[in-house]
Amino acid sequence: MNAIMQPWPWYVSGPLISLVLFLLLWVGKNFGMSSNLRTLCTICGADKTSDFFKFDWKAQRWNLVVVLGAIIGGFIASTFLTDTAVVNINPETVKDLKELGFSSAGNAYLPTELYSLDALTDIKSVLILAIGGLLVGFGTRYAGGCTSGHAISGLSNLQLPSLIAVIGFFIGGLIMIHLLFPLIF
Amino acid sequence: MRTLLYLLIGIFFGITMFKSEAASWFRIYEMFQFQSFHMYGIMGSALAIGIVVVQLIKRYKLKSIYGERIQFIPKNKSISRYLIGGIIFGLGWALAGACPGPMFTLVGAGFAPILIVIVFSVLGTFLYGVLKDKLPH
Repeated sequence: MNAIMQPWPWYVSGPLISLVLFLLLWVGKNFGMSSNLRTLCTICGADKTSDFFKFDWKAQRWNLVVVLGAIIGGFIASTFLTDTAVVNINPETVKDLKELGFSSAGNAYLPTELYSLDALTDIKSVLILAIGGLLVGFGTRYAGGCTSGHAISGLSNLQLPSLIAVIGFFIGGLIMIHLLFPLIF
Repeated sequence: MRTLLYLLIGIFFGITMFKSEAASWFRIYEMFQFQSFHMYGIMGSALAIGIVVVQLIKRYKLKSIYGERIQFIPKNKSISRYLIGGIIFGLGWALAGACPGPMFTLVGAGFAPILIVIVFSVLGTFLYGVLKDKLPH
């Protein structure tokens, strides 16, 4: 039980993600979470604005149920399976982040500067979350998938487009952290 | 019954995302700084086993629990859409520190501000749908 309460090492987590991939294939579905964002658009009435959202969203209900599960899973893991939710990142990373103004680095699961209730009153924090979300939603649909759809599902099926997308993910991430973070924070 | 199955898989996925710390903004930052093997180990091992799983399913023509052949739909060929779209996604992934799976896990874990990320990622997807025909694919 103690091992479950601790953060799970990569060699446990990685294989468990492949198990999720297998289970979804085994029930006749596929592993790709970003499709849900499109489904949510359609449910909100986006099919009236663009043909891209005209599809039988009810055929995607199973994936929304997976999302609901992911929410419940987050609750179960944080409430019952975790003593102290602190992410032990590299001390070097902690030092870098503190210089950028993230004083919660090394003491929290998410930076309180962005993800605490107090952050909601800070216009800069809210803008960062909003722009981050906008880029994720736009980029993932443009690229036709996200970390689950491309990096896990697509690459597991040896799809070249997924490799190109994952290379793109990293180019974008590296630009953000190395070139833009010093300007933003 | 089927719905319960999807729900259980989702719960399992959510727990794994939280406990692996793949849902942590800090881990994403650390990954892009190349200061830890953790995220690379997660994705690398998930992928290595995933490749074997997919190959075995194809080789032995495994059927789903409902008796249908398990299908793999090949992705359309293109470079620009995957590269440009991927870069835009990567920018957001590093900034918000969450991708479309873990962002929902974080709702359950009680981080209210993640709802902003979710609302705007739905909005971003909507924006793509509107601009789709004007973008290089």
